[in-house]
Amino acid sequence: MKAKVTVKLKKGVLDPQGKAILSSGHALGFEELSDVRAGKVFEIDLNTEDKAKAEPRLKQLADKLLANTVIESFEVEIL
Amino acid sequence: MKVGVVQFPGTNCDHDLYHALGRSVGFEPVYLWHKEADLRGCEAIMLPGGFSYGDYLRCGAIAKFAPVMREVAAFAEKGGPVVGICNGFQILTESGLLPGALLRNRSLQFICEYVRLKVETERTPFTRKAAPGALLRVPINHGEGNYYIDGEGLKRLEGEGQVVFRYVDEAGEATEAANPNGALRNIAGVCNARRNVVGLMPHPERVVEEALGGVDGKVLFESLLG
Repeated sequence: MKAKVTVKLKKGVLDPQGKAILSSGHALGFEELSDVRAGKVFEIDLNTEDKAKAEPRLKQLADKLLANTVIESFEVEIL
Repeated sequence: MKVGVVQFPGTNCDHDLYHALGRSVGFEPVYLWHKEADLRGCEAIMLPGGFSYGDYLRCGAIAKFAPVMREVAAFAEKGGPVVGICNGFQILTESGLLPGALLRNRSLQFICEYVRLKVETERTPFTRKAAPGALLRVPINHGEGNYYIDGEGLKRLEGEGQVVFRYVDEAGEATEAANPNGALRNIAGVCNARRNVVGLMPHPERVVEEALGGVDGKVLFESLLG
């Protein structure tokens, strides 16, 4: 089974990377961009097919390791 | 005084810190390897700067799971003095031993320069010998030193006097121009509610002898003696 965990900076947390990407986008002529927030995606392989068990475990993993919940939020998706 | 200098793979300010604690200040420094869950009777623990575990995932995110960190947390829990410098500060926030987090510098650039620091409180084991409001000239050397904490946390920090150091100008004012990395309220260092754990981004271990370009950091290490 495969899963995807997306980690993003929380709303209100300054994202200098996102801002730099936004201004580069503008410089390239993508004037329609009004904001960019940069984050991380983790593609994870699991040696189980038990979705009900895997999801809470992945949430624990994200909470303990993949995200710093002081500044980041996460979403877990089983593929 | 026996002071532990914790070493992770990727730590690179450990020898500077060892030198500062030993030769410059006259303590007995002891290296503590990250895999060993033993603080060897140290009376204070310091986490030096560098790039522990290559800064993988987030700065300090992997180091917090090292066996030595369980002991450091237990030591802090008992009220023992713990100080993190630069990457050490990042590890302490990741571990939850200090509030807040360190984000990418506002400029996205790695910054290596001298800054002026104001000692905002002498009620910590790392500042108790400094004069209140003392201004120190200390170098910074980081890419992720932009201190962040949510609104409620900031109120608590300021209210309880947990901001230990701030970036200021020559007049001692925390101006926007004196803020090198975008840190909230020019915060360069904080302590926990119990005041025995301190973290700061600047490197006082690099200014402990005239030959190094200054001695402003010395008073902080001397403070450990109580």
